Amino acid sequence: MKLGRKWRERAAARAARKAAKEAEAAAAAAASEAAETARAGGGKRGATGSAVVGGSLAAEVAEVAKDAAAEPGESPAPEAGAAAGGSGDSRGSGESVESGGHATGGTAQPARGRRRERLKAGLARTRERVAGRLRRTLGAGRRVDDALLDEVEEVLYEADLGVEACEQVLDALREQARAQRLRAVEDVVAVLREELLRLLGEPPPPLLPAGATRPRVIVLVGVNGAGKTTTIGKLAARYGAEGKRVIVAAADTFRAAAIDQLAVWAERSGAEIVRQDPGTDPAAVVFDALTAARARGADLLLVDTAGRLHNKANLMAEVQKIRRVLQRADPTMPHETLLVIDGVTGQNGLLQARGFHAAMGLTGVVLTKLDGTAKGGVVVAVKTELGVPVRLVGVGEALDDLQDFVPRAFVDEILGGLGA
Amino acid sequence: MFENLTARLDETLRRLRGQGKLSEANIAEALREVRRALLEADVNFKVAKEFIAEVREEAIGLAVAKTVSPGQQFVKIVHDHLVQLLGTGSRDIAFATKPPTRVLVVGLQGSGKTTLVAKLGLRYRQQGRRPLLVACDIHRPAAIDQLEVLGKSVGVEVFRGESGAAAEEIARDALDRARGDGFDPVIVDTAGRLHIDAGMMQEVAEVKKAVKPHEVLFVADAMTGQDAVQSAKAFDEALGLDGVVLTKMDGDARGGAAISIRAVTGKPIKFIGVGEKLNALESFHPDRVASRILGMGDVVSLVEKAQDAVDEEEALKLAEKLKKQAFTLDDFRTQLRYLRKMGPLEQILGMIPGLGSKMKGLTVDEKALVRIEAIINSMTPLERMSPKVINGSRRKRIARGSGTSVQEVNQLLRQFTEMKKMLKRLKSMGMGRRGLSGLPF
Ligand SMILES: Nc1nc2c(ncn2[C@@H]2O[C@H](COP(=O)(O)OP(=O)(O)OP(=O)(O)O)[C@@H](O)[C@H]2O)c(=O)[nH]1
Ligand SMILES: [Mg+2]
Repeated sequence: MKLGRKWRERAAARAARKAAKEAEAAAAAAASEAAETARAGGGKRGATGSAVVGGSLAAEVAEVAKDAAAEPGESPAPEAGAAAGGSGDSRGSGESVESGGHATGGTAQPARGRRRERLKAGLARTRERVAGRLRRTLGAGRRVDDALLDEVEEVLYEADLGVEACEQVLDALREQARAQRLRAVEDVVAVLREELLRLLGEPPPPLLPAGATRPRVIVLVGVNGAGKTTTIGKLAARYGAEGKRVIVAAADTFRAAAIDQLAVWAERSGAEIVRQDPGTDPAAVVFDALTAARARGADLLLVDTAGRLHNKANLMAEVQKIRRVLQRADPTMPHETLLVIDGVTGQNGLLQARGFHAAMGLTGVVLTKLDGTAKGGVVVAVKTELGVPVRLVGVGEALDDLQDFVPRAFVDEILGGLGA
Repeated sequence: MFENLTARLDETLRRLRGQGKLSEANIAEALREVRRALLEADVNFKVAKEFIAEVREEAIGLAVAKTVSPGQQFVKIVHDHLVQLLGTGSRDIAFATKPPTRVLVVGLQGSGKTTLVAKLGLRYRQQGRRPLLVACDIHRPAAIDQLEVLGKSVGVEVFRGESGAAAEEIARDALDRARGDGFDPVIVDTAGRLHIDAGMMQEVAEVKKAVKPHEVLFVADAMTGQDAVQSAKAFDEALGLDGVVLTKMDGDARGGAAISIRAVTGKPIKFIGVGEKLNALESFHPDRVASRILGMGDVVSLVEKAQDAVDEEEALKLAEKLKKQAFTLDDFRTQLRYLRKMGPLEQILGMIPGLGSKMKGLTVDEKALVRIEAIINSMTPLERMSPKVINGSRRKRIARGSGTSVQEVNQLLRQFTEMKKMLKRLKSMGMGRRGLSGLPF
């Protein structure tokens, strides 16, 4: 059996991919130079693109440009990417991303209110069903045997706890069983709850502590579609309602219409937005936003970043640059870097956390979409391995569908609401 | 983090060698390893359980072959079974005899529907068709703008309804437009929704009624965990899916959700999304995804490479020596030459699952290989046979003779020990074995 030809074809394809990547890197370096020239040219972009900041920030912008020049290859560089026509991971080549230019506020949502009510009702139903199921499987007063432990195993695995966390919890359970300390199913649940709570640790501190220096800067990162932009909208609404002055920075300059999406959330929540044209260096947007936040004495600056997979080195470098720009302005910034994890995510959530933690130094996790049937148990492993706690949970698509993370409630969800 | 399953199973099954047959008792541990691998890859718990039961049935009673390792043999059974479960290779959407062909794209929030719609638009435009993309996501802010921007960038027409129109009205109007202007296919983007959101599921059912699609595609994120069975099943029951698209496969998720979704819906996986670029859409290869789920890396390519470069006879001799731990620097040199023939080393090492990270301190660049060969060439046959005899003065001599430094000689001797470990690993994956061509991949 000879597979030679197929392999050679594949090798050729691989070599081509590699070459394309290299070409792209070179192009990116060239582009950051071009960007410097453009920016040093005197804040033209600042004047036309920055809707809220308005006035040009030539000096500061030049600073950011210097930053870009000092780290060639990090700038996202859409123009040069397109010129090179590369096909690697770098963004900005190929498709020309244009501003949507449509008023998005007009997108009517007649069903939204009704829908939320239904959703809430649906949720309650699901909870009941799950709780009922556990009560049925476990059955109050039922004796502890292997079959019961198997069922517990299933409940834990199906909550996406993952092999390691599951085994840890089950080991604790078996130990208790051996010690004859488990008489009935109630004891099992108690041990599980205790063990999970132990793994999750103390409830984390609030995001905006009383008396915090202004502006408090929070950066949200995460893979594509996790719920970053929506969470920013909800956070802006929450703190706006508390009378705080909130600015959101539209640093996802890559995804089509991402800026418009954030603008809708800013409008809904009454926050101010700092935005520039699609394709702008995200770090430059953040710099503008910080300047605006300081000038206006804002309490909170929320930075929306583009979704990115943690295994793409160039995209991780891009988001690191946002962090560096903030740190240079003030070493205590960003005060919080939150990883948004989609609640349906399985064991990849741990890899995401590892990647973003290594690049950005995470201070917390936002677990979204818990209004579905997924439990998001992978965050237990994130906490035990990296020490990064969940801070907030998303439970819907409306402004007020954001809750502080309560370990006990989370554990009760995993255990099916038993005894909650 | 994920160890190579084959290597793990080889360990577990080594004891089987003398026993002749696979039996319930002696494969129990191996099955546990497989289960663990499946769960680590996010295959649903119940689906994994069922899968294990089937594999057990199939494996019991099989004779342990002499030619391949029991681990390989067992992995082959598992792998084949996975491939079978994943279904046949990629099939495109079926075009209707009476145009326009209508495709409805559905799924949870954030799974990648809008991007997929644009990718399909590009794909069919490139095939010389005239697709129409329909923006029916009236819920998420700026979703319609997003599709419009993407459509423009791939040169495909996007239909956006009047503001305030219901999703099914937009769909109906879009169909009229397509019929009038000869667009084909019509690809309808919908809002992301939770499968337990009755109101939203009702909405998409109505869109379906209006569109009468030939294909309903369910878009699922490759990172999805245990919940994949719930959502896929609910969408299938509500809408009757025709195919599945797995997105974000350019990430490092193992993609066990593919198995779960297949198991509960029985619907074929038609495409995989492998990037944010709009041409990053690929057809689905069950064998590759099966390898990925089992955490076997790009074993396909690796084995093919090895087959290309290694002389079978030599490989056999080497394998024997490796087994007896009689591997010498002479063999090391031979092996190095093979490795160099196989292509850039870094690439080879990267393909070995679980090895990549361990090899960090050991980056051997091509030039270094030449120097290594020179060093070995300067050794006496005795030194090559048993490097233990190489004392200080011998090291100096070897360094002089090869035009290198004593440090380099030291380093090589250290690397040799490392290499020995690595080759053992390669061996357990099936390299340099007679059974090479009998591998499952
Ligand atoms: N049901 C539910 N949906 C949510 C929640 N959070 C976000 N979503 C939805 O998930 C989808 C993606 O959310 P986005 O906020 O756009 O996600 P993102 O991380 O900003 O996405 P990219 O910027 O494209 O990477 C949208 O349809 C949101 O409405 C939540 O808690 N529950
Ligand atoms: Mg976003």
